[in-house]
Amino acid sequence: MTRRRSTAWAWNDRSISILSPLILLGLWEICARTHLIDVRFFPAPTNIVKHLVDLAASGALWKHVGASLYRLAVGFVVGCIPAIVLGLAIGLYRPVRAAFDPLISATYPIPKSSLLPLILLIFGLGESSKIAMVAIGVFYPVVINTAAGVRQIAPIFLDVGRNFGASRFNMFRTVALPGSLPLIMTGIKLGAGMGLVLIAIAEMVGAKQGLGYMIWNAWELFDVETMYVGLFVIAIIGFVMNTGFDALERAIVPWRKG
Amino acid sequence: MAMQATTATGSESGIAPAPKISLRDVTRRHGVNLALDRITLDIPASTFFVVVGPSGCGKTTLLRMLAGLDAPTEGEIRISNPQPGHPQNAMVFQGDSLFPWMTVWENAAYGLKMRNVAASVITEVVGHYLGKTGMYGARALYPHQLSGGMRQRVSIARAFANDPDILLMDEPFSALDEQNKTLLHEELLRIWEETRKTVVFITHSVDEAVTLGDRIMVMTAGPGRIKTIVNVDLPRPRNVVELRHMPAYGELVYNIWAQLREEVDRTRSRETGSGS
Repeated sequence: MTRRRSTAWAWNDRSISILSPLILLGLWEICARTHLIDVRFFPAPTNIVKHLVDLAASGALWKHVGASLYRLAVGFVVGCIPAIVLGLAIGLYRPVRAAFDPLISATYPIPKSSLLPLILLIFGLGESSKIAMVAIGVFYPVVINTAAGVRQIAPIFLDVGRNFGASRFNMFRTVALPGSLPLIMTGIKLGAGMGLVLIAIAEMVGAKQGLGYMIWNAWELFDVETMYVGLFVIAIIGFVMNTGFDALERAIVPWRKG
Repeated sequence: MAMQATTATGSESGIAPAPKISLRDVTRRHGVNLALDRITLDIPASTFFVVVGPSGCGKTTLLRMLAGLDAPTEGEIRISNPQPGHPQNAMVFQGDSLFPWMTVWENAAYGLKMRNVAASVITEVVGHYLGKTGMYGARALYPHQLSGGMRQRVSIARAFANDPDILLMDEPFSALDEQNKTLLHEELLRIWEETRKTVVFITHSVDEAVTLGDRIMVMTAGPGRIKTIVNVDLPRPRNVVELRHMPAYGELVYNIWAQLREEVDRTRSRETGSGS
């Protein structure tokens, strides 16, 4: 019977996580309807949803979502792949670490959003500046976590590899990569979140589409409901992204506890 | 400074069988620190050879050199009659050495996979040793889903499955409770009887040494030297529990403890004594 009870618990946990935002929205709705809050700044969620449906039906929303997702995806790949390669190299080879560690530690604390003017200067107002912003945001957490992931592999696993005759390549494939994978995944999740933050900011400057532009433009027109639609959609993208990466992690890191 | 280096070859039976492992004046320094001092030793083939000594006496250093994970500073290690197509050694490590990212089966098959052994052979051999260690039913689990005893069973299966020339074991049961330890002693002896590979087994437990070993080498407190080598003439196959009834067992444990005691005391007085 313990089995049934544990599934019941899992279901309860899930229902709580679904219910809590719904309850919050419900409260918001009530407060808006009873004018406890200023509906000019906090329109009722049902109105926002109605507006969202309108925007989706007209196709305007998809244009912005598509543009943002495209930049996010390309920027993610552009930032993630070199970060994993460099991170593994930093973790495995001392000279590489000596060369890159100080550079990374020195530039990491710079708020990435403050780089936007410089990025615009270098890449111009087009797509590449948006992609570059996402790539920078993804790069740091992934490179730092990958390097840490390699270094936290217990030395005994390297001994086991050597003792059982693993070649250099197999040492990499069967020990270094899987051993650092849990932290690589942590880096990827943090990086994707950072990418989402930066794409919204980047699109507020010199963009003609994208969710960031949509929000900024709505602010300029004092179209508060559209602004909220933009925020809602970004929240949903973040949530879906996180759920997706969690599922990916469970699939490729099945040994990670909890 | 008492240091009689008894040679291992002087077995009572007279003619010693050809040594499988020979060490000649093997010395190892860690920086200025002398860890092992001129170890000269012959281990005959098919011997279960146990090394006991106080902590920090260089037991593990000795084993790592036999495994080729460290090199001696001076001296020579020879392993004779290498069997073609077999790895020279396989080690059962102290503590958790199973790859957390591999299942029980993948862990046990690791050595064979690294040697590119045919898949059908891997299936057969790994299945055999996981069966012998009672871990076949758990083959799809990951190490974090296993108890400490189960993990060491898989670790033993991994070493035996690799079918090495010699087996090296570095305090494989030190983290286990008494009951698990006794069970694993039984299982290890049962598997070992089938193959009678040359084993070098390191422990700090005198009981374990007498239960398992054909010969027991007692080491001095650092720097590690050979204090004495004792032959264990208890009959095989051994029943791990029944063994403790035998007067010879008690006597061996007592004698080895007496030898070891001096060294343990010396380690302790050194630690509590003059500063470092």
